[in-house]
Amino acid sequence: MAGLLTAVGVTEIYRLGPSDAFKQGLWIVIGVALFAVTLLGLRRDYRVLEQYKYLFGIGAIVLLFLPRLPGIGTTVNGARLWVHAGPFAFQPGELAKIFLIVFLAAYLREKREVLAQARLKDVGPLLVIWGACMLVLASSNDLGSGLLYFGIFLAMLYIATARLSFVVVGLGLFLAGGFFAYEKIPHVHERVIIWLQPWTTQKVYCPSTGGLALRQDCQSYQLVKSLYSIANGGFPGAGLGKGTFTSSDGVQLIPYLNTDFIYSALAQELGLIGAAALLLVFMLFVARGMKIALQADDGFSKLLAAGLTFGFALQTFIIVGGVLRIIPLTGITLPFVSYGGSSVVANFALLAGLMLVSNRANS
Amino acid sequence: MNKQISRVALVALLLLAALIVGTTYWQVWAAPGLAARQDNAIERVAQFRIKRGLIYASDGKTVLAANKAVKKAGETLFFRRYPTNGFASQVVGYSTQGRSRAGIERQENAYLTASNANLGTIFDKLTDNLKGATVTGNNLVLNLNVKAQKLAESALAGNCGSAVVLNPKTGAVEVMASSPTYDPNKIESPNGYASILHSPSACPGSSSALLNRATQGLFVPGSTFKTVTAAAALDSGKFKQDSRFDDPGYCTEYGKQISNALNPDQTAESYGNVDFLAAYEHSINAVFCNIGKSLGAKTVLDEAKKFGFYSKPPIELPSNEVAPSGLYNLQKGALYDNPKIVDPGRLAFGQEHLLATPLQMALVAAAVANNGTIMTPHLVKKVTAPGGGTVVKFKPQIWRKAMKPATAAILNQFMQAVVTGGTGTTAAIPGVAVAGKTGTAETKDNHVYTAWFIFFAPADNPTVAGAVVLEHQLNGFGGSVAAPIARQLMEALLPATSNK
Repeated sequence: MAGLLTAVGVTEIYRLGPSDAFKQGLWIVIGVALFAVTLLGLRRDYRVLEQYKYLFGIGAIVLLFLPRLPGIGTTVNGARLWVHAGPFAFQPGELAKIFLIVFLAAYLREKREVLAQARLKDVGPLLVIWGACMLVLASSNDLGSGLLYFGIFLAMLYIATARLSFVVVGLGLFLAGGFFAYEKIPHVHERVIIWLQPWTTQKVYCPSTGGLALRQDCQSYQLVKSLYSIANGGFPGAGLGKGTFTSSDGVQLIPYLNTDFIYSALAQELGLIGAAALLLVFMLFVARGMKIALQADDGFSKLLAAGLTFGFALQTFIIVGGVLRIIPLTGITLPFVSYGGSSVVANFALLAGLMLVSNRANS
Repeated sequence: MNKQISRVALVALLLLAALIVGTTYWQVWAAPGLAARQDNAIERVAQFRIKRGLIYASDGKTVLAANKAVKKAGETLFFRRYPTNGFASQVVGYSTQGRSRAGIERQENAYLTASNANLGTIFDKLTDNLKGATVTGNNLVLNLNVKAQKLAESALAGNCGSAVVLNPKTGAVEVMASSPTYDPNKIESPNGYASILHSPSACPGSSSALLNRATQGLFVPGSTFKTVTAAAALDSGKFKQDSRFDDPGYCTEYGKQISNALNPDQTAESYGNVDFLAAYEHSINAVFCNIGKSLGAKTVLDEAKKFGFYSKPPIELPSNEVAPSGLYNLQKGALYDNPKIVDPGRLAFGQEHLLATPLQMALVAAAVANNGTIMTPHLVKKVTAPGGGTVVKFKPQIWRKAMKPATAAILNQFMQAVVTGGTGTTAAIPGVAVAGKTGTAETKDNHVYTAWFIFFAPADNPTVAGAVVLEHQLNGFGGSVAAPIARQLMEALLPATSNK
């Protein structure tokens, strides 16, 4: 399934820009290599990872804050997500996600009984992580990743403690935090405004030019063009290779087509049939991942598999939901499909994790 | 722990299912709405791979819009060409990559690109798609009459104005001319759009040739509006055909005298005691002013609404290219219809911030011609498939009942009298009973008028009805400049048999 998703992604990336497809191919090789290394290295018992849980926790936080460091961090589209080291650029957030899941799986397995009693003292870590997520959100201007980490955390906490109240309180806190961010952080505010009203009939202030423009010609340009792309596909789709992404004189009509907006490119060319099929593959992947979690026989394995799978599902929801205007749009990648080295490598690592758990459960 | 995992799994799958629902919404439910948006560059560019349908005049032979195939990067793109170089430009409109679309090209885009929902078209398009063949759009045949339309355009040339002629029984629009005009082939050439937009013209204020003055141009209707006032008077029962009026030569409004139209010797005319027909025939302001005051502004406005004022006539043009007629607040450019702040006397003879489109006034004439019933105006006669065969043929439909048939019959006589012995004798055609009404609306400049003529013929069995308007005419009256153009148009459109 991962192979299928990857193939769909590479095909579409090739169609949009052959040179990017070659680079993507290189990253896939690296990803598969890491996948193999992970499988080989941890083939006997991956649960040794449990012992290094704090290392993973700290590693995740370090990775998350890397882009904040002056010199190597760069700001793209108002969000500081990238780290540049020589010719290489990668988004450490992708790897941080997996580290965080490993840490949480180990930590929650150990503390689940205590946490379930929900004494204020034990709820402390919950608040700490919530605070950290909000900090990441606020400091990197990245609403999507904040939501992703926190969603994974809540899901795993719920699985570990069976306390729905944690989820409710957590969601409430996230909403409160999100509202605060909406009020106080211009970048977040802008994203929400674009989400609520991508089209205006009167000219509004346009920050990029400083003048007045219709919002669909300025801030929500990407989202609106992407929606046009999706709608153009209709039920049958334009056909692979037959979609319209440039004007007849070669002007690009949709920006970030092979990363954030790969779904709108696919939806135009494959139509509702193809897009729904693609989403069904994602659903199968999730169903399979959750089955692995159910079959696993120890808490750490269960939490690890469920966390990895839920992270995968939530990431898909956040980016595709953003493109479809179900939630505010935030720039994260579509697992396996989008162009992006760090994403591909991280997702193959995620896959390796699931395979390991599955293998152990079956043996 | 497994119970929680199952629940989380369910949530995860529901989230992904929501994405399928969302995709379905955009691709099926919202797609037509998005495709129609003018800033949708993707849709616009994608449609250049479609061989758009041709647009024909009513003879089915004269091609108004054709395609030019251009090979580009392994693809064949179809660009629009307009072989007539500016025939009914504002009606046909244009379809370009850079400037999107206008006119019929925009409004009937679904037919022209074969994305309409008729079963045969869907089947043809699907087979074309499967075969990898170029999708070819449906052709449109318009109701526009080549000869009469050309006549109207040359008669209006050099002026700022418009002419609309339609069949009052079917609503088929045979002439829709707007002057100044432009060559749609130039729209996409470098600076073409801007040069059309800014070229000087005879029009005061907004001079753009792109404006379809027949449906968007708002002109003071002046005395042609007396037709609506007379309909209101007769429909209300307050006045009869044999009502008599005293014309002192002026009407008192708010204690001030408003004189009748001036004679060439600069004295206000006065007719003394007249009947209703004479008041209409000679377009006596004082009489209509008093009728308006007696009826009240609300009655007159309500009658106007029955004729279609305050709504956009349902014609095959984009909504933003059709303006409603009515009272306009000139500062805000917005309609208002509060009868309390309207001077009923001035309203009755078509001043008082009243503005009307030529199409609306043509529909007023058509209402009288068709026993009080206004048919839906149609620019498109039929849609034909690229391989021949008719996809849709538009049948006559009733749009509004404007007045009682008895009222229409009386107004028919009134309007004939205008042409036989009143202000519109210049529209007379020997052997044909022509009915009409002049209008000469004052503007803020002395001796500069908006000249109108609304008309229909033959009066006993009308087949043409219309309106001609010329703006900014120095000493040009409805009878002297607009009526002769109307006569030419009627002569061109009436069958030779009735033109004895």
